[in-house]
Amino acid sequence: MKAFGPYIKLILALILIVFSAVGIAQHTDVQLKVLWTDALVYLLVIALLLFAIQAKSKEHLRGPWRHIARRRIAMSAMVVLMFYVAVGLLDSVHFRKALERQAGQTQVHYSGEVLSLLDVVATALRERQETTYSAPFATHAYTKEMLEVDGRQVRDFPRLNYGGAHLNNPEEDKLSDIVANSSIALLEALLTSAFFFYILSVVLARNRKTSVREQAIQILRFRTELPWMIMFLTFMVLLLCVFLIINLSTKYHVFGTDKVGQDVLYLALKSIRTGLVIGTLTTLIMLPFAVMLGIMAGYFRGWVDDVIQYIYTTLNSIPGVLLIAAAVLSLQVYMENHPEMFETLIDRTDMRLLFLCIILGITSWTGLCRLLRGETLKVSQVDYVEAATAFGVRHFNIMTRHILPNVMHIVLIAVVIDFSGLVLAEAVLSYIGIGVDPAMISWGNMINSARLEMARDPIVWWSLAAAFVFMFVLVLAANLFSDAVRDAFDPRVSRSQ
Amino acid sequence: MAEQTQILKVENLHTWFRGDGRIARAVDGVSFTINKGETFALLGESGCGKSVTSLSIMRLVPEPGGKIVQGRVNLHGQDLLQLPETQMRDVRGSRIAMIFQEPMTSLNPVLKIGEQIEETAVRHKTLKEGQTARQKAIELLNAVGLPDAQRRYSEYPHQLSGGMKQRVMIAIALAGDPELLIADEPTTALDVTIQSQVLQLLRELQGETHMAVMLITHDLGVVAEMADRVAVMYAGQIVEQADRETFFKAPKHPYSIKLFESLPNRTKRNQRLAVIQGSVPSLATEFKGCRFEPRCQFAIEDCKNNVPVWQSFDELGEETGVLCHRFDPRFESQFSEPVQKIFDAVAQSDDPVTTRGFKELLKVNELKVHFPIQKGLFKRTVGHVRAVDGVSIDIPQGKTLALVGESGCGKTTVGKGILQLISPTAGSVNLDNEELTNLAKHQMRQRRKDIQIIFQDPFSSMNPRMMVADIIEEGMVAQRVGGDKQKRQTRIDELLNQVGLSPEVKYRYPHEFSGGQRQRICIARALAVEPKLIICDEPTSALDVSVQAQILNLLKELQDKFGLAYLFITHNLSVVEYLAHNVAVMYLGRIVETGTVEEVLENPLHPYTKALLSAVPQVDIDSERKVIRLRGELPSPANPPVGCHFNPRCAKAWQECRNGYPSARSVSPTHSVRCYLYQEN
Repeated sequence: MKAFGPYIKLILALILIVFSAVGIAQHTDVQLKVLWTDALVYLLVIALLLFAIQAKSKEHLRGPWRHIARRRIAMSAMVVLMFYVAVGLLDSVHFRKALERQAGQTQVHYSGEVLSLLDVVATALRERQETTYSAPFATHAYTKEMLEVDGRQVRDFPRLNYGGAHLNNPEEDKLSDIVANSSIALLEALLTSAFFFYILSVVLARNRKTSVREQAIQILRFRTELPWMIMFLTFMVLLLCVFLIINLSTKYHVFGTDKVGQDVLYLALKSIRTGLVIGTLTTLIMLPFAVMLGIMAGYFRGWVDDVIQYIYTTLNSIPGVLLIAAAVLSLQVYMENHPEMFETLIDRTDMRLLFLCIILGITSWTGLCRLLRGETLKVSQVDYVEAATAFGVRHFNIMTRHILPNVMHIVLIAVVIDFSGLVLAEAVLSYIGIGVDPAMISWGNMINSARLEMARDPIVWWSLAAAFVFMFVLVLAANLFSDAVRDAFDPRVSRSQ
Repeated sequence: MAEQTQILKVENLHTWFRGDGRIARAVDGVSFTINKGETFALLGESGCGKSVTSLSIMRLVPEPGGKIVQGRVNLHGQDLLQLPETQMRDVRGSRIAMIFQEPMTSLNPVLKIGEQIEETAVRHKTLKEGQTARQKAIELLNAVGLPDAQRRYSEYPHQLSGGMKQRVMIAIALAGDPELLIADEPTTALDVTIQSQVLQLLRELQGETHMAVMLITHDLGVVAEMADRVAVMYAGQIVEQADRETFFKAPKHPYSIKLFESLPNRTKRNQRLAVIQGSVPSLATEFKGCRFEPRCQFAIEDCKNNVPVWQSFDELGEETGVLCHRFDPRFESQFSEPVQKIFDAVAQSDDPVTTRGFKELLKVNELKVHFPIQKGLFKRTVGHVRAVDGVSIDIPQGKTLALVGESGCGKTTVGKGILQLISPTAGSVNLDNEELTNLAKHQMRQRRKDIQIIFQDPFSSMNPRMMVADIIEEGMVAQRVGGDKQKRQTRIDELLNQVGLSPEVKYRYPHEFSGGQRQRICIARALAVEPKLIICDEPTSALDVSVQAQILNLLKELQDKFGLAYLFITHNLSVVEYLAHNVAVMYLGRIVETGTVEEVLENPLHPYTKALLSAVPQVDIDSERKVIRLRGELPSPANPPVGCHFNPRCAKAWQECRNGYPSARSVSPTHSVRCYLYQEN
């Protein structure tokens, strides 16, 4: 019973979350909508939580993680990743709002527009649409239009509907307004982080049974076992960014607007989910194949090995992009011929995203499978596997109890290293038009549209820049973190500090 | 002795390793001297600092963790520790050379062996006038007794066997004409017959070149055979130093005494072996008293609180002495019993092994395990490795059969064939009147509880990701023995008690245990399913002597208690003498001689058995034995010699030996031999 304690807590918490979500949904006239990728994302989160609970009680799993937790850069990268994950998760709870009841209507009708929590949070960004391109922090549009000034027809840059609309005299007031807002953001960020710092000290002090003051000094002097100060500094920088965005983006378009006048910052934020989904779900989909087939090939050898090797060698010899293009294009044709299958636009784009994950998974499992086969060949020669055979333990149990835990480090390393590659792959595939649905907001589509924007004169550079910055930060953080994971789990790297 | 020239003088050497915030004092105040032409043996168990001492002399201590913090290493009066690295490079290889334990990894696999020898010779300019490097290399290859040196010169390391590689290593070491040769466990990885060849070679070379040899080993037998002087190391210190005769006749330090007592042999057959309780202390601890005190049977209160002082016995020869309070005039009187008396008292006998009725348990008849050699695109079978080629053995209930042979003779394959871990090519394995080779897989799975196996390497035989309780429980669950979950837990506690571990350890992981403790857990795991037969595949060869004694005692005790039968696969003949009832000697996939332990070991008939027995280094330095040296090495089982497999190496081979494999000839009801020299009586 004792061993199930944490699981029961987890299940209770999940039930609570589901019920409260349903309850909130009922009382606020919204209908929850779970997309396929949403469901898989929830599944992934639950799996990760279960894994974390299990790892807590097993020294061989906890040890390497503890090692990672002591590395400064890795933990700083993790804070950044957590920020991305938080945005991605917010964007993974979808619902439809109820339409206002018409007279004589008994049933509630829901809007065709599916929103996510992120959309609600960023309502200001979403709804303040301009007519077309505008540069970051601009108060006037980027293209000239025919305007009526004092009854005369003038061709000039019109004022934006929202960007800097509160300024009476934009040319003179803009800079001081931005500075003022930024200073407020800075102040807010400092106050909030001071508050969080206090909370952190109190929590740590309670765990360590020291005074809060002493603990705070310890953190400030980088003397804690985990690099709390580094994590806190990263958190502070992120917090500053958040407050700057909150303060400035309600008055300006911080990253400008795109061709149809949408705020580019909003696009970049929405792209986070797409990137994360591609990076994680692809792995989730390919893992069962890679792990099962890899271990089977290495353990049974003989004809099983031959068949599996044949399959992945064949699959490997087809150019990956060609396979993806063929699959995605035929899917596209199928979807266009069966529009009735998809209730809303977002259903369609989501299905295409899921298929992209699947097809990427199918083309990318071979590498991990080959690694696992090699490692299994080695592990299954070790005496403890023979001892288990001598006890008459069944093949399945040998594979799950003896081989899988001893090759798990390879799986873990492969997953974290693949992540950033997949995020970049999405961008590349969308750029050549075989990635996610063009209607889906993603960094790849932003870059794809930037192709034309860069060609016009004067060039529109901010879409590309925004996609670049967001993607760069994510991939850099993921790479730094995966370096630490590889160091901690790779048995060949000695961990003497 | 005193007039001999000193080559090396090590004074108060300290080498420490830093890591994890602790300091491991691997070498903690070691002093000794080595004279020209003598062999100085550094004896000790694993982890006591022998190898670090030799690395410190060469200044090869791995940086940055390790550091020589104090001491002097004088080579002809020049302190090596003060030399700059560039000059040190001239010392290494040319004045002090080193050979390592593992000949397989000490040679560069992509260079011809000749080139590797030349490299050292050219670097240290030892070529004689008008001599090419190639001539020098061939000369050295001849000197180390490598046959056909001209051809061997351009071969690669993988083309040589282990013994030949060690010879090449020695040739490389000699290429710089060293004054001192440090041999770090030079024969540990080799078989006894090859070991005796290599030791003989070292002795001959020493006689010719008058170099000094520093021999690092854990094997008392090798020391007895090779050394002029002996130093015993324990936990980073030298605890006793003496010349060979003094040391082997009357060891003084309690640790040395115990080492001798824990050696298994025939005279101790019906007794428990003396064991040294506990294990070597962690070198990271600060020692307040004697390091051996927690394990010492003589220890008194003062041993705990006073650091022992070196007591020298100059009348017994240069540098002879011991690091023990019992010889310290200040404490001497407090020890009640004289040393010698206790030494005798330990050797009292325990209850003898009860002989049970002869009931046949295992009958193996003409067992054959052949591995196909496949070549080409379609994996055509072009031949077979006849790893086991017609082995017949019987094991009665409650008895031990020792299967003896050199590595590569197929003895492990016999064990796996009996267990059906490798399915035999032909022959029958009959356990309790049931034929195992015909059983279907699921039937065999149910029978597995009757035969269990204990492996050689205690570090790889347990899943590092499982707790001890789960490891022991696994077999019980798979075989459905031991009742429900509650009962199984009680049984696990009981088993851990039986193998001498406390039940609390069951929630720990294997890496937290020492080698001996791990082997105990492996035994508990095997016992969990109540087997009738346990196949012990070299269970003690990876362990230190004192730990080996503990495991042997345990195995013997369990046999008496539960009537277990053992198939004891080993190459260590002294263990055989101690533990086995019957012996089967194996050579190249076949059994050449079998009989009771007395018959085979006292009256060996087959020339191979004779050679094997004579090659074992003896601890008894007075024993007169003539080593029968075998020519060459074990042939490949893929292509065994025509006729008697042993004939190319046999000194007594004659025409008939090449005609066919001899049939078994019974000399007595229990003793049979397969050799043309003997006739059926």
